[in-house]
Amino acid sequence: MSSPGSINIADEVSRLTDKADKQLRALYAKLTPWQKTQVARHPDRPKAGSVIAGLITEFTPLAGDRAFADDLAMLGGIGRFRGEPVMVIGTEKGSDTETRIRHNFGSPRPEGYRKARRLMELAGRFGLPILSFVDTSGAYPGIDAEARGQAEAIASGIDACLSAPVPFIAAIIGEGGSGGAIAIAAGDSVLMFEHAVYAVISPEGCASILWRDAAQAPVAAEAMKLTAQDLKRLGIIDQIIPEPVGGAHREPEMAVAALGDAIASALAPLAGLSPTALRARRREKFLAMGTALAAL
Amino acid sequence: MNWLTEYVRPKIRTLLGRTDVPDNLWHQCPSCQQMIFHRELEAAKKVCPHCGFHMRATAAERLTWTFDDATFQRIDLPKVPLDPLKFRDSKRYADRLKEAREATKHDDALLVAHGLIGGAKAVVAAMDFAFMAGSMGAAVGEGLVTAARLAVLQHAPLIVFTASGGARMQEGAVSLMQMPRSIIATQMVKEAGLPYIVVLTDPTTGGVTASFAMLGDIQIAEPGALIGFAGARVIEQTVREKLPEGFQRAEYLLEHGIVDMVVKRGDMAAKLGMLINMLGYHRAEPKAA
Repeated sequence: MSSPGSINIADEVSRLTDKADKQLRALYAKLTPWQKTQVARHPDRPKAGSVIAGLITEFTPLAGDRAFADDLAMLGGIGRFRGEPVMVIGTEKGSDTETRIRHNFGSPRPEGYRKARRLMELAGRFGLPILSFVDTSGAYPGIDAEARGQAEAIASGIDACLSAPVPFIAAIIGEGGSGGAIAIAAGDSVLMFEHAVYAVISPEGCASILWRDAAQAPVAAEAMKLTAQDLKRLGIIDQIIPEPVGGAHREPEMAVAALGDAIASALAPLAGLSPTALRARRREKFLAMGTALAAL
Repeated sequence: MNWLTEYVRPKIRTLLGRTDVPDNLWHQCPSCQQMIFHRELEAAKKVCPHCGFHMRATAAERLTWTFDDATFQRIDLPKVPLDPLKFRDSKRYADRLKEAREATKHDDALLVAHGLIGGAKAVVAAMDFAFMAGSMGAAVGEGLVTAARLAVLQHAPLIVFTASGGARMQEGAVSLMQMPRSIIATQMVKEAGLPYIVVLTDPTTGGVTASFAMLGDIQIAEPGALIGFAGARVIEQTVREKLPEGFQRAEYLLEHGIVDMVVKRGDMAAKLGMLINMLGYHRAEPKAA
């Protein structure tokens, strides 16, 4: 094909691919907190459902809070992770209009948190480790949710996380939105994707309250320290899971595989611990968070 | 100085002074607009004698009203790292903290004290809405853990008065972590077999409602108090419909089974004393002569 003086197409393509790859790498190496927020919300990013499909075999969904309804914003069920039975919970945002509506855009109502609590307690009774996949902009703010005790449901969810007598790994896979996230994320080990965000309020919400202008969200995102890198430094999360070049949405399968490896290595040191030791260790970890900051 | 100014000024001053006086002596009820004499308002624990409206109270007032003979010992709370994020909006968080400290004369939004209620030993933690809207950051979380430890140490019930706009946004995820931390405090009290009683006062919202404030063995609310998870504006924008009458008020929560009772401020101390007595916490033994 190649003759003297003509361009070697294959070489040129590989050179340009390399260049694009380098540019993408460089771009994603220095995303601003606001850009990360947008990547974390990317529609093609792996959602809880696809993470479960990729990591859990024999997944058997379990439904309902036994009191009011089955909340489809909160997935849950038992299955096997690398051969071992586990309990899985997770908030699901949906990936197109139809599934987003079905899953209420990933914002659970009280029955969702009560279902999660029920499953955590079930896991505790049978010694199943709990894996939690967090991707939510927050608990649903609605009249019905308030009437059925959204605040109590979240508080009880956190209480259940902290009380679980089994290993508990939480992973922030996209957006970790405030109380609605921590309700299923107070675990022994909290993992977070490289470009995920985790915060007490959305940057838009923070901006509209503190700057009185939601358009200041990029500035608020900067101030809030919501990136995995900042939260690792603050001692709030335990491990950052690297994403494929250009974000998890470009290579969802690769991202999910990396998450699987991170979960396996987070579970390993917890394997031999007694229920009492697990709870004490988890409690100490959260109690130390205030004091550990003193060293910064 | 001439004799004229020397002569006139003191008179003007006294005149101005006189017009200032009624501002401090009379308060207007925000609900029924009636004027209330300050002594009468104090005696009624900031409850309007005309319409029964419960005005907001400071943490210090809560302690005074709750303990027998208004006698209690305040506990120093542990110092926590200030401004962990070096947060700045239109103002530096460090400056906001300084201003709140100067205005309230307190370190943060929580006071903790122990004393007797209904003759029985008790620990009370009271939130102060006047301090940055009672928001929960590391100091409040650490204060609740300290209150729980004190209750366990003294083998006494823990009573918490809440008043908070929620998480302290200026502490970011550090404030979010106070939700599990404060819940650990409630677990310590419950594991020791001690009663944990929550008194929800106006307003209690957000991350405070969604953590330690909803986990009481007994949940009490003050009449008319706004108690909820999400703010009314956010809910209205989400559901695009008008909120029902009395939504997120104490009486609404009672009706929906979220609190055990609504108790008027004037009856609160007696009710708390009665409850902790019935739960097995009795009059402290009189000291041997």
